[in-house]
Amino acid sequence: MNPLLLHVHHVALVLSAAHPLTKTSTGEEVAFWIFGPLAIVCALSLVFAKNAVHAALFLVVVMFSLAIFYVMNQAPFLAAVEIIVYAGAIMILFLFVLMLVGVDSSDSLVETLRGHRAASVVMCIGVVGLLVGGIAHALSGTTYTTLTDANAAHHGNVQGIARLIFTTYVFPFEVVSALLIVAAVGAMVLAHREKGQKVGQRELMKRRVAAGGRIGSLPGPGVFARHDDAAQRALLPDGSPDEADVLPEMAGIAPSSNPGDGGEQA
Amino acid sequence: MSPNWYLYLSAALFVIGAMGVLLRRNAIVVFMCIELMLNASNLALVAFSRMNGKLDGQVIAFFVMVVAAAEVVVGLAIIISIFRTRRSASVDDANLLKY
Repeated sequence: MNPLLLHVHHVALVLSAAHPLTKTSTGEEVAFWIFGPLAIVCALSLVFAKNAVHAALFLVVVMFSLAIFYVMNQAPFLAAVEIIVYAGAIMILFLFVLMLVGVDSSDSLVETLRGHRAASVVMCIGVVGLLVGGIAHALSGTTYTTLTDANAAHHGNVQGIARLIFTTYVFPFEVVSALLIVAAVGAMVLAHREKGQKVGQRELMKRRVAAGGRIGSLPGPGVFARHDDAAQRALLPDGSPDEADVLPEMAGIAPSSNPGDGGEQA
Repeated sequence: MSPNWYLYLSAALFVIGAMGVLLRRNAIVVFMCIELMLNASNLALVAFSRMNGKLDGQVIAFFVMVVAAAEVVVGLAIIISIFRTRRSASVDDANLLKY
């Protein structure tokens, strides 16, 4: 490599490192102290809200505050995704399921494990102490850079993220897309309900024919007969007497066939 | 203001979400608290990305968002199928593997 180029590169690195960020701008500070407490208050309201719909709306406020923090942290793409995907799509999904399940499905106040509420609160206070102490200890005296150089190197934040996703992180990207497909199919399998089989006219007819029953209606007595005898059998379209027309008790009385009728009918 | 404050805020939101998961019995509210925890971790990732001057943190936060979306879809479908069989969305009621 050209030693002159190396030197220029080195100078550029030194220059960018020569302006470490220890303090953010005043505007950012004001916005942080407005939206930070707002996010905390809304998160607490989400936990303690009685109505689940109110909890969902508090979560939307938290997500909007987070989108503002993303913008202040030089991540405009993630801010847009946060609002479109989280506050838009996912929260609508939550509200749909809430309405489906029923808003009045409130919490049971019975403790299944005795004393688990007090233990949970104590544990949360302990964890927040650990986290804050750990962060304060780990980051004391460190200097910061900004994303201005990284964003400018790719002519913008979106372009920079796109370059990373499709080069360094292309395999995780493909895996995550497969995960999305699997999740969509899984949701369809889980939420799909087989409809109860409603028996139609066609199925009823097929069932009757398969059972070997009579297909048409019974003929009226004396149809196509030359006698006014109630025991006289009606004639089927092919000219033969209908065995089902006359009661079995009268079968011995009636003549089994009408002589001469068969020829006329045929 | 030091950028560390974003990390403190992220830790606070994460713990509030964890508290909701532990205290609430309504499965949908528990799910919303899990979303709050994922969002808090995303805020930490974005803040780290800015502190280090590299975009990798934002890419990881993007992946976290995708995984969270997949998780919500499957989780809500499970809640609905449990609600169909038990007529309840409380996490205490589903204490058997079947019926």
